[in-house]
Amino acid sequence: MPSWPLNQWYVAAYSEEIGDGLLGRTICGEPLVFYRTGEGDVVALADRCVHRRYPLSRSHLKDDQIVCGYHGFTYDKTGVCVAAPAQKRIPRTARVPAWTVREQDSLVWVWIGDQGLADTARIPRAPWLDSPDYTVVRGMEPLKARYSLLVDNLMDLSHETYLHGGYIGTPEVAETPITTEVDEDANVVYVSRHMDDAECPPFYSKSTGIEGRITRWQDVEYYAPCLYLLHSRISPAGILSPEEGPDDQAFHVEVTYGITPSTEHETLDFWMVSRDFALDDEKVTEFLATNNHTVVMQDVVALDLLEEVLESEKENYQELSINIDTGGLAARRILAKLVARGEGKTAEAKTVAAP
Amino acid sequence: MSSPDQVGPAAPVRADLPSPTKMLKGRTVYRVVWQLHTDVLVGYCWCGASHEDIDPITLWEWLLAHPDTHGDSRTDSDAPDPEPELVDM
Ligand code: FES
Ligand SMILES: [Fe+2]
Repeated sequence: MPSWPLNQWYVAAYSEEIGDGLLGRTICGEPLVFYRTGEGDVVALADRCVHRRYPLSRSHLKDDQIVCGYHGFTYDKTGVCVAAPAQKRIPRTARVPAWTVREQDSLVWVWIGDQGLADTARIPRAPWLDSPDYTVVRGMEPLKARYSLLVDNLMDLSHETYLHGGYIGTPEVAETPITTEVDEDANVVYVSRHMDDAECPPFYSKSTGIEGRITRWQDVEYYAPCLYLLHSRISPAGILSPEEGPDDQAFHVEVTYGITPSTEHETLDFWMVSRDFALDDEKVTEFLATNNHTVVMQDVVALDLLEEVLESEKENYQELSINIDTGGLAARRILAKLVARGEGKTAEAKTVAAP
Repeated sequence: MSSPDQVGPAAPVRADLPSPTKMLKGRTVYRVVWQLHTDVLVGYCWCGASHEDIDPITLWEWLLAHPDTHGDSRTDSDAPDPEPELVDM
């Protein structure tokens, strides 16, 4: 049984990553190949030729069809083999599975699980990612660590003070009480930390130009299993959000993560930073891109290290939870519930489909 | 941080906590509020019942076990949850 929930949407790629060529990417243990048709639709097929298992992502795209780079089996966008080398007869079983994909908010989502159960209405939203009111920088880092470690990492921002001191962490982050909420029906965890008089970390002083102390709010919204949103609000100390009207005295940064399991010990870490100020300022863009990449890499190094520790300790390691872990514990519980439910649904669908 | 002898399981743990600000709007939202310097967590069930603890795991266990006393109020949910349990992953 895999450690990730089945029958869920996962971020597979950024829209801009899928253009003229073939993109190979393993999502939840499935090697997939992605491409874009002449009409602009994204296609996802199993990345293994039925003939001798050659990766289709290392093949050629011709007229919206993949021509296997080994012996030339040719597949259309539904995965059906439409041509085999030097013969007219194509075996009826010659097809590779196709996956349901959907582009939304500049992300390519793929449904992992029973394809008949895919429901596009359930994809969580991050509209700022392709809004003209925001400027976005983004990247993707592959982790050599299981995805639950990245969930843990992002649910508890107290680690900013220690792992990211000098970038995004200041003493107040680890010292401010947190409110945690869990929506049992929607599978959302919300963790909120509002610092009303805090030091301004360089990440924000350099990008916003604020000098002196700030009001810093961090509101985390985690849509299990794949989308993580950190709504960050920064303003000069004392300027709070107005009860009504636009919050135009504050700077808003939307930090977004796609947390996508690749294999049991590898994760795709899609990170995006969107801001609603200095939209055309290239220097700010460059600064946020470079700095956030540094912060992401600090986490990557730490999580890769943790994975090594966990693997060497096998099942018996002990850990201790304290108050800062309240949100992380809630996320784990929801994931465990979704893993169990996803397995159940797939089993159910198979039973129904059986003759 | 308070030392354990100031706030222990045997001591009354009620702290002067601000009433929680509602963030999620769903029907079944659990809420846990923590105030620093007390080490106390207060959990609110979506029915309004509350419970205090100084250990997040024990508090979640209470919150998740608690709706059993609500009778049938959740059976209208289309996908009943499996038994709630805290996992150590
Ligand atoms: S492996 Fe693809 S055609 Fe032979
Ligand atoms: Fe209750």
